[in-house]
Amino acid sequence: MSESHHPTGIKRWLYTTNHKDIGTLYLWFSFLMFLVGGVMALVIRAELFQPGLQLVEPNFFNQMTTMHGLIMVFGAVMPAFVGLANWMIPLMIGAPDMALPRLNNLSFWILPFAFFMLLSTLFMPGGAPNFGWTFYAPLSTTYAPPSVTYFIFAIHIMGASSILGSINIIATIMGMRAPGMGYMKMPLFVWTWFITAYLLIAVMPVLAGAVTMMLIDIHFGGSFFSAAGGGDPVLFQHIFWFFGHPEVYIMILPAFGVASAIIPTFARKPLFGYHSMVYATASIAFLSFIVWAHHMFTVGMPLVAEGFFMFSTMIIAVPTGVKIFNWVATMWRGSMTFETPMLFAVAFVILFTIGGFSGLMLAIAPADFQYHDTYFVVAHFHYVLVPGAIFGIMAAVYFWLPKWCGKMYDEMMGKVHFWLSFIGLNVTFFPMHFVGLAGMPRRIPDYALQFADFNMISSAGAFLFGFSQVFFLGIVLQTILYGKKARSEVWDNPHGLEWTLPSPPPYHSFTQPPQVTMAHASPR
Amino acid sequence: MAKQDPEIYYVPEKSRKPILMALAMFLTVFGAATTINHMSGTAIFPIGGYILFAGLVLFVTIMFLWFRTAIMENLAGLNNEQVKQSYVLGMSWFIFSEVMFFFGFFFALAYVRNFAVPWLGGEADLLGTMRQSTHDILWNGLVTQWPLMETPQQAVGGASQQLIANNGEFIGPHASMSFPGWLGLFTWLPLWNTVVLLTSSFTVHIAHLHLKNNDRNKLTVWLGITVLLGITFILLQYIEYHEAYNQYGLTLQSGIYGTTFFMLTGFHGFHVIMGTVILLVMWLRSTIAGHFSPSNHFGFEAASWYWHFVDVVWVCLFIFVYIL
Repeated sequence: MSESHHPTGIKRWLYTTNHKDIGTLYLWFSFLMFLVGGVMALVIRAELFQPGLQLVEPNFFNQMTTMHGLIMVFGAVMPAFVGLANWMIPLMIGAPDMALPRLNNLSFWILPFAFFMLLSTLFMPGGAPNFGWTFYAPLSTTYAPPSVTYFIFAIHIMGASSILGSINIIATIMGMRAPGMGYMKMPLFVWTWFITAYLLIAVMPVLAGAVTMMLIDIHFGGSFFSAAGGGDPVLFQHIFWFFGHPEVYIMILPAFGVASAIIPTFARKPLFGYHSMVYATASIAFLSFIVWAHHMFTVGMPLVAEGFFMFSTMIIAVPTGVKIFNWVATMWRGSMTFETPMLFAVAFVILFTIGGFSGLMLAIAPADFQYHDTYFVVAHFHYVLVPGAIFGIMAAVYFWLPKWCGKMYDEMMGKVHFWLSFIGLNVTFFPMHFVGLAGMPRRIPDYALQFADFNMISSAGAFLFGFSQVFFLGIVLQTILYGKKARSEVWDNPHGLEWTLPSPPPYHSFTQPPQVTMAHASPR
Repeated sequence: MAKQDPEIYYVPEKSRKPILMALAMFLTVFGAATTINHMSGTAIFPIGGYILFAGLVLFVTIMFLWFRTAIMENLAGLNNEQVKQSYVLGMSWFIFSEVMFFFGFFFALAYVRNFAVPWLGGEADLLGTMRQSTHDILWNGLVTQWPLMETPQQAVGGASQQLIANNGEFIGPHASMSFPGWLGLFTWLPLWNTVVLLTSSFTVHIAHLHLKNNDRNKLTVWLGITVLLGITFILLQYIEYHEAYNQYGLTLQSGIYGTTFFMLTGFHGFHVIMGTVILLVMWLRSTIAGHFSPSNHFGFEAASWYWHFVDVVWVCLFIFVYIL
C-alpha cells in the first residue's frame, strides 16, 4: 500500500493509475510530437524558401505536409489538451483522481504505439501517406501508397485512445465533483473540456467509420468512394468533415477554457459573463455539427446546400464573439500585469480573432471559390491553431507549471520565449494571407516567381518560431531542475480549488472531498 | 485492503494491464495491416498473420484478467457508490460512441441513395439538383434505382469502357434482400431475424426483472433463452449471407448496394456476436459463480443495455436497409 503512494523508477510511469503521472506523460509525449511535426514543417518551409525544387522530391514534400498535419493534430495538440485535462480537472473539481484510472493509462499508452506505427510508414516501400492530412478519396484509396493500410489502423487506435480518454473525462466531471461543486460552479476549463469530450465521443467513431470504408474500398472491393460501383468520392469529404469540423473545435475549446482561467487572474477581476461563456461554448459545439460542408464549397454541392452551410457557419461568429467580448470585458479596467501566461493569453485573444475573421471570409461561399485550396486557407487555420490552440497550451503550461512541479520558471526567459514565438508566428503566417489571395496553391513544392519574397519571409519566420520552441524546452527543464520554490497560490490571489493545495500537490490530490465555498466556485 | 469508507475516495493500485492492453492493440492492428497488405501483394514482410494472432491472444487474455480484477474488487466491497457510478457513466458513453459509429455508415447509405445514385443516373437528388453531364458523359445508360442492381460500370459496358480511373470490377447482384412483397413475407429471412432479436430484447428484460426479485432459477432460464435467441440470429444471418453470395450474386464487390448492405449488417452482426458472448459470460457468472445480487449487478445491466442497443440498430437496419 505504501509503495503505491510513492512509486519510483520506470514502473511508476508504465503502470501508473495516477492522473498527475498520466498528465505528465501526455504533456511530454505531445511536446515530443510537437518537435517532430515541427521539423517536418521546417522541411516544408526550407523547400519553399525559394521557388524551384531544391531539397526534396515532390512526393516526399507531400509526405511531409501530410505527416505534419496528422502529427500536429492527433499527436501534439490533442494529447497536450488531454494532458492538461488529466492534471487539472481532478484538482479543479476536488476529486482524488480520474473516474477510471486504469482506463486513463490505457488511453495514454495507445498513443506511442499508434505514432510509432504512423511514423514507421516513412520507411516503408512507396513512402508514407502523401495525400494530405484530410486524406480525400480517391487520392487516399485508388492512388494511395501501400502504407495507407498502416495509416488507417493507426487512426483507428488513436481514435480508440481519444474515445476512452473522453469517456473518462466525462465520467470524472459528471461523477466526481466535490460536494457543492454544481455544474454552474465549475471552472470554465472544466466546462470547455466537458463539451470537448462530448464532441470527441460523437465524432471520433465517425472518423473510424471513414477509415474503415477506405480499408474496404482499397482491399476488399468496396465502392463507397468510387462512382463506377455507384458510390461517390465526395461522400468521403462529407464524412471526413462531419468529423473534421467538430475536430477543429475540439482543438480550440479547451484553449478557451485556459484563457478564461488566466485572464481573470492577471486582470485581478472575476471573469465577465460566466454563464454566457458556458452557453456560448455549448452553442459552438452544437453548431459545429451542421457546418461541415463549408470545407467543400467548390466540390459541386447543390446550391441550397451552399447557402445553408454558408449561413450556419457565419452564425458561429456570434457565440465566438460573445467569448471574445467577455475576455475583453474581463480585462476592462482591471489591475493588469503581464506575466508570461497573461502575455500568451492576450496574444491568444487578439490573434485568434484574426484567424476567426479570415474564417468568416472563407465562410462566404462565392468568395471561397477564390480562396479555396490557396495559402489563404493555410494562413487561416494556422492563425487559429498556432496562436489559438498552441498558445493556449503554452499559456496553460506557464500558468500551472509552478503548481505541477513546485518550482517557479524564470519570468525573463518566459517573456523572451513569448516574444520570439509571437514574432516568429506572425512573420511566418501573416504573409501567407497575401500569397494566398494572390492565388498561390497549397501543397505544391514549387511556386510562381511573384510569390518568392513573401515565401522567403515566411520561411525565415518559421525557423525563428521553431528555434523558440527549443528555447521553451530549455526553460521547462531549467524550471524543473533549478527553479525557485513556488508558493501554494503561485499568483496574486488566484481563483479555484487547485490553488488550495501545496505546490506540488500531494500524489493523491484530495483524499477526502474538500469543502467548496464561494471562494473556490465559479462564478465568483 | 479494508473496505472503503464512503467518505474516502478509492483509487486503484497501479496496474500493468493497461500498457499490455495497448501493446495487444498495437500488435493486433500492425499484424492486421501487414496481413491485409500481404493479401493485396504489397506486404513489407510475410509474418503479419502471426503478429495478428499474438495480438488477439494477448488482447483477449488481458481483457479477461482486467474484467476479473474489476469483478473481484466489486465482490471485495472496494467499490463505493462513486466508483460504481463511474462504471455506469463509462458504459453509457461507450454505447453513445457505438451509436455514432453506426451513424457514419447510415449517413453513407442515406447519401448514396439520395444524392450519389440519382446524380449518376441523371435524375434529380433529394434537393432537386441534377448532374446531367455526369450521367451523359461518364455513366450514360445507368438507371437510377435502389437497390442498385446494375452498377454504373456495367451500364457503360464494363471496366474497360469507363472513362475514369478503374478501381476494380463491380458487378451488380441478380436479386436483392429488400422486401419481397406480401406474398413472400413469411419466407423473408430478415423478418424472422427481426422477430428473433426483438424477442431477445424482451427476454433479457424479463431476466433482469427476475434478477431484481432475486428469482435465480427464472433468471437462469430467461437469460439462457436470450443467449439462444442471439445464437439463432447469428445462424439466420449466416444463412442469409450464404444465400446472398451463392444465389443472389450479392457480395461486398457488387457495387454500392452490396458494399453498404454488408458493411451495415456485417458490423451489426459483429456486435450481435459480441453481445451474445457478453450475455453468455453473464449467464456463466450467474449460474456457476453465483454472481449478482438484486441491488448489485451492473455487469448484467451493462450487458443488457448493450443488447438493447444492438436491437435498436437492427430496427434501423430493418427499416433503412431492408424495407425502404
